[in-house]
Amino acid sequence: MYDAWKILLGLIIFLAFATFPFYSNMGKAVAKPDPKLDTPVIQQMKVKQCVESKEFMRAEHMQLLNNWRDAALRRGERLYKGSDGRITEISFQNQCLRCHSNKKKFCDECHSYADVKPYCWDCHIAPKEAKNEH
Amino acid sequence: MGALLSFFVVIVLVLLALAGVKGAGLYVLFGTIIPYAAFATFILGVILRVIKWSRSPVPFHIPTTCGQEKSLPWIKYSKLESPAGTMGVIGRMALEVLLFRSLFRNLKSEQRDDGAKLVYGSNKWLWLGGIAFHWSMLIVIIRHLRFFTHPVPFFVNIIDSLDGFLQIGAPHLMITGVVLLLAVTYLFLRRAFIPQVRYISLPADYLPLFLIMGIATSGILMRYFLKVDIIHVKELTLGLATLNPKIPAGIGVIFYIHLFLISTLFAYFPFSKLMHMGGVFLSPTRNLANNSRMKRHVNPWNYPVKVHTYEEYEDQFREKMKDAGIPVEKE
Repeated sequence: MYDAWKILLGLIIFLAFATFPFYSNMGKAVAKPDPKLDTPVIQQMKVKQCVESKEFMRAEHMQLLNNWRDAALRRGERLYKGSDGRITEISFQNQCLRCHSNKKKFCDECHSYADVKPYCWDCHIAPKEAKNEH
Repeated sequence: MGALLSFFVVIVLVLLALAGVKGAGLYVLFGTIIPYAAFATFILGVILRVIKWSRSPVPFHIPTTCGQEKSLPWIKYSKLESPAGTMGVIGRMALEVLLFRSLFRNLKSEQRDDGAKLVYGSNKWLWLGGIAFHWSMLIVIIRHLRFFTHPVPFFVNIIDSLDGFLQIGAPHLMITGVVLLLAVTYLFLRRAFIPQVRYISLPADYLPLFLIMGIATSGILMRYFLKVDIIHVKELTLGLATLNPKIPAGIGVIFYIHLFLISTLFAYFPFSKLMHMGGVFLSPTRNLANNSRMKRHVNPWNYPVKVHTYEEYEDQFREKMKDAGIPVEKE
């Protein structure tokens, strides 16, 4: 091998970058997120059902919230017709947060796991329980 | 022809993942075994390839000189374009690797006035496409660390928020994702439409482009359009990184297509032109100092050559030469 120490140094740097996820997580066990649906309002509901199905909300809630923002604030449309025909008032503060009043145990649980930082709270007031802990 | 072949290879790969996951339900194969195998091939392949290269000597001292060489103290020399020492070479390599300095010099020649005049002009499009592509690719790869680490390192957060700072839609539109796809499309169109470049393009030139196009497209589809359950995706990817692989149920097939194309790219990497990632550091025209007038560069494979000098030759054949009337130096 010619210039052996330079080649080895280069290869070590390559390995340091390429295997970063492996050694930075070494020996760590990460609990998977477990969002809670046990707020008082939800517990009192007879039919525990969000505006759309659970699967839809899991994958599409960010898009739905974005569309709601555009509808309510930019076009002044305050009614949402769900895929099952139910009509809901479009309001993050009065609709979403009425049931999901546990930001820390509901929103943040997955968002911090997936490292997502939604800018909802730039404008909206976080529910009380979260506010006290901040 | 090459383009079509490569295109169909990528289509077949997509269909393989689709059939394997959706049809045959081979989740463990496509979610764990293939990614690990591809990554191992990538790491080992790159190391072996670089070690193989390092066993070849550089017979000639061949730095390209793009500026005034260091000579007399009162002649200004170009430290980066014609470096005389290690520091200069490091600077030159940094310019080359980070900013593609030599591609920035790219010229275009053209005949004017019915071939009476040959003119040269600056042509920066390839440089622009190349640098847009490579930097986007790097940022996209760093952004993906958020799926492979927990807690996510601070630099990933910073890059993520800068990349999405236009705040278009939710999830935020990532600028590099769009730039990556546009740049790689440009690099393909350039091969398809410039006749000289098309003439020298092989399937091996098109395949990485189509693979990366497929990866970027499937990623964009997954993030903005088809949507997958990102929490389950991170469970899978973090499981891979913590060597504790698991396959959560309910991840859309588009994720497995994305993962399979990436695995293919990783496994193909050490055997392809993509090895220019390591190769750029080993290009003798760039990484040698232009000091051939100060230091003697000896070809490393020189060895004592057995010679038969003229004196020895004459000693051996003197009598015969005399008989034949050939003049000799010693009587």
